Amino acid sequence: MRKTSLDLVYQLAKSDERIVFIGSDLGVGTLAEFSREIPGRFLMEGVSEMNIVGMAAGLALEGKIVYVNTIATFLTRRCFEQNVLDLGLHNVPVRLISNGGGVVYAPLGPTHLAIDDLAIMRSIPNMAIVAPCDAEEMKRLIPQTVDYPGPMYIRLGKGGDPVVSSPALPFQIGKAIPMATGDDALLVTTGITAKIALEAATALGSQGIGCTVLHMHTVKPLDLEALLAHAGRVKAVVTIEEHTVIGGLGGAVAEVLAERAFEPVKRFKRIGIEDVFPHGYGSQASMMEHCGITVERTIATVQDLLAPRTS
Amino acid sequence: MSDPLSIGLDERSLALRRTIIRTLGAGQRGHVGAAFSLVEILRVLYDDVLRFDAAQPKWPGRDRFILSKGHGCLALYALLADKGFIPEAELWKFCKSDGLLGGHPEHHIPGVEASTGSLGHGMSIGLGMALNARMDTSGARVFVVIGDGESNEGSIWEAALSAGKHRLENFCVLTDYNKHQSYGSTAEVQDLEPLVDKWRAFGFGVVEVNGHDVGQLQAALRALPAETGRPTAVICHTVKGKGIKFAENNMEWHHQNKVGPQDVERLLAALEGR
Repeated sequence: MRKTSLDLVYQLAKSDERIVFIGSDLGVGTLAEFSREIPGRFLMEGVSEMNIVGMAAGLALEGKIVYVNTIATFLTRRCFEQNVLDLGLHNVPVRLISNGGGVVYAPLGPTHLAIDDLAIMRSIPNMAIVAPCDAEEMKRLIPQTVDYPGPMYIRLGKGGDPVVSSPALPFQIGKAIPMATGDDALLVTTGITAKIALEAATALGSQGIGCTVLHMHTVKPLDLEALLAHAGRVKAVVTIEEHTVIGGLGGAVAEVLAERAFEPVKRFKRIGIEDVFPHGYGSQASMMEHCGITVERTIATVQDLLAPRTS
Repeated sequence: MSDPLSIGLDERSLALRRTIIRTLGAGQRGHVGAAFSLVEILRVLYDDVLRFDAAQPKWPGRDRFILSKGHGCLALYALLADKGFIPEAELWKFCKSDGLLGGHPEHHIPGVEASTGSLGHGMSIGLGMALNARMDTSGARVFVVIGDGESNEGSIWEAALSAGKHRLENFCVLTDYNKHQSYGSTAEVQDLEPLVDKWRAFGFGVVEVNGHDVGQLQAALRALPAETGRPTAVICHTVKGKGIKFAENNMEWHHQNKVGPQDVERLLAALEGR
């Protein structure tokens, strides 16, 4: 997903002189062709996220479209105030491409786990947030980012993520994609958890439980129309995200459902990382398992929500 | 170098300070000391150095100016009104709900390139603008004024590393070095010395001036870059509250609120040496 996105930025930069790339201290050889062929618009500024985001804002205020790339935690937490004031307040076209959204960097421990990036960025006015589910969807996203107004946070997965998106389903920033349809439960996902939702929906379908899977690749602005339309048809809504349950996709959906106040009320559950720093190392997959962000838990959660209530 | 404390102020410097005092009175609050240490720096920039067209604030060929120490905005507003970027009447609505001008400058104000107020942001934004001017070979220069207290921020030194690396000749950072920050003297709170050596070590050509000496400021800013192939740092030795004897180097005058008509009269009288 990362290679796909950066290669596309390079391809776009070749024909669009507004496009500038800024990296922090990326892996050796990253975008080597870009740096060789368009050195004037390729910047590698070192481990200095505050300065990088400010610089990007300055360039964007002058008419450039700036793509910034580094690790998600550093691009959200370290330079949060620059994200708020330099990007959000000035409402400039800077695209923050963040490596390792979620628990991708599980082997590196808690300093590198971006468990709160969606919540952090969601609090910033004018900031759009997009989390594609695979590299194919990333290909459809990046060209749309060029002329999208205002700043944008783009969350990358691990790379080599199984492809679950389909070119047959049109991609548009801000428009959720229904990937499966059913009338009993709504599974809302973002990023790579689309795959978990689809597998859970298939398994539940074989038990006679129909699930709609709504891939909310754009967490902000949230596609309220799609969310409310699909939520209106079902009895239960479950959000699945590789993120803390506080303030991310689950939080966003909860806010909408609470304010909409369906009657009868929709049963609702957020699946994600509980309010803890996940302990241990391992792989992204084992950390997801450890945190309970799994197909099995999704199935059990839907079954539980749809079960007759005893009270 | 002449002495920042004892050097006198000419009629233009006094007139700008009168405007600042009246603006302060209109808003009944403001960062007085920080604005008064800045007046000659801004005056020389706008009178003698910056290329701009107040009728077309976004004229592409303009030099860019960012007041990164945004709390010094009273001085900036006086110059923006003086040059015709904004109507003078806006000064008398300072900090009012229907006014254009608040306690920190915002980029929707004609002539203001970037919103500042939280310290440590303007230099990186200016650096991006200077890089853009180089990419586009526009010839635009970028001037950023930072504070000495602001120089405690790590982001200032991140930006300094980057500007030095890029050898940005069109980038000039002026430090309003009045030696005082909110809690006390910079020497006590977070000593910056040796400040000239620091900027030099980060790859800047460095000039030191008396920041209230119009002639020295003009000479330094008309001879940019200070060194070929390097960004310039101008260390402006200033006096917080310059021009008002009882406010000079007096931390009670860092920020004032509840400023009434009597305070305005007292400040105006002190300015005239009465």
